[in-house]
Amino acid sequence: MTDPVVRLHEVHKSFGALKVLDGVSFDVHRGEVAALIGRSGSGKSTALRCIDRLERIDSGMITVCGHDVADPALKLRALRLDVGIVFQSYNLFPHLTVMQNIMLAPRSVKGLGRAEAVDLARGVLAKVGLADKADAYPEQLSGGQQQRAAIARSLAMQPKVMLFDEVTSALDPELTGEVLRVIEDLAAGGMTMIMVTHEMGFARHIASQVLFMHRGRVWEAGPPAIMSDPATPELRQFVGSELRR
Amino acid sequence: MELDFTTVLSRWPMLRDGALLTLELALIATTIGFAIGVACAVGRRGSVRWIAAACGFYVEAVRNTPFLVQIFLVYFGLSSLGLSLPAFTVALVALSINVGAYATEIMRAGFDAIPRGQIEAGECLGLSRLQVYWHVILLPAVERVYPSLTSQFVLLMLASSVTSQISTEELTAAANFIQSDTYRAFETYIVVAVFYVALSLLMRAGFWALGGAVFPRRRRLGTVI
Repeated sequence: MTDPVVRLHEVHKSFGALKVLDGVSFDVHRGEVAALIGRSGSGKSTALRCIDRLERIDSGMITVCGHDVADPALKLRALRLDVGIVFQSYNLFPHLTVMQNIMLAPRSVKGLGRAEAVDLARGVLAKVGLADKADAYPEQLSGGQQQRAAIARSLAMQPKVMLFDEVTSALDPELTGEVLRVIEDLAAGGMTMIMVTHEMGFARHIASQVLFMHRGRVWEAGPPAIMSDPATPELRQFVGSELRR
Repeated sequence: MELDFTTVLSRWPMLRDGALLTLELALIATTIGFAIGVACAVGRRGSVRWIAAACGFYVEAVRNTPFLVQIFLVYFGLSSLGLSLPAFTVALVALSINVGAYATEIMRAGFDAIPRGQIEAGECLGLSRLQVYWHVILLPAVERVYPSLTSQFVLLMLASSVTSQISTEELTAAANFIQSDTYRAFETYIVVAVFYVALSLLMRAGFWALGGAVFPRRRRLGTVI
């Protein structure tokens, strides 16, 4: 078996006195879709943010596409060329059109020429079904469209792994559906993905690996089947409460 | 009381030249001051402690001393260094230093108003710190504080009247000369006040047009960022 694209080993992280990650370990291999589930405050988002070095870890090891993320001398730009991340709040740049949002990094980070960047942007916009919104400003789009534009912006950098941090939590069910379809297409295309999600049905359907986090640890992990047949009372209770939601 | 404007208005070329010099001072100092403001706001927010402290010291030093004193400090400071510069240059330096400090505080507020997520998104796309400032933060920050910023620049134009004290031949200096020559002090300053109002309106109109060019989003949608 080849090396995992993302590996966390015994990762610890505290915010002041609050222990958020208490020895988190998991591997995500090429082409896998890992779903991080669990209650709010269980450490899922923090774990995800540590992978892209948005947070520094206190101890343990994280390797992403061969980069030692815990190394203080890590070349952040190199890491971020390999990792794409999409946030709950979209974080599109409000003063730029959708097209300009997408072209910014390819042009200023990768040094692409204008024509090349335009082609690239049109390609990713078509992928997320927003070809007709290229010249719109973010505020002119619905939440679902903004989130798809944000996915397109990440895709334009051709990352090796995509991180999704509760990307549908701010959306109503219909808009959630259109965003999830895009993520589904990406999975079908073989993209390695780690997603923090509260969409249990979607996680069950798309994930190759489900990681249930509880109290800063991976409490239970395995194929989506563990959600139907939990081994721990904590996961059983969590899945039950999510179903009742 | 009888007002007689004809004597004052007969000095029209002098008033015109003074007004043009005032405008010139204001526009150049605005440009320099804006650059200082952006640079020092970035410095103040940065992680290099001594730069942040130096920028903070500069801002407080300027904001807590009268402008007239600042002008004299620049004027006598430069001459004690053996630099005898024309009054216009001295006035320009003093005005730029002054407005730069206020612009720093305004830009700092603008930068602080940018949501953290915007910066993270930029960094996660691989942009460097400076690229994030340049492409992600600067324009929305300026757009947010544009009204305060432009008011400050209009105030700067009005404050340039104080530079008449070091005999810069701007509008107020022209007025001082005309009133002592014609003994029509009240009329002179009425005329000069009208000139200042016109210059202010001109600057505001200019900033409005500039805003349209620099903020295409606002021009198209008309909404607040």
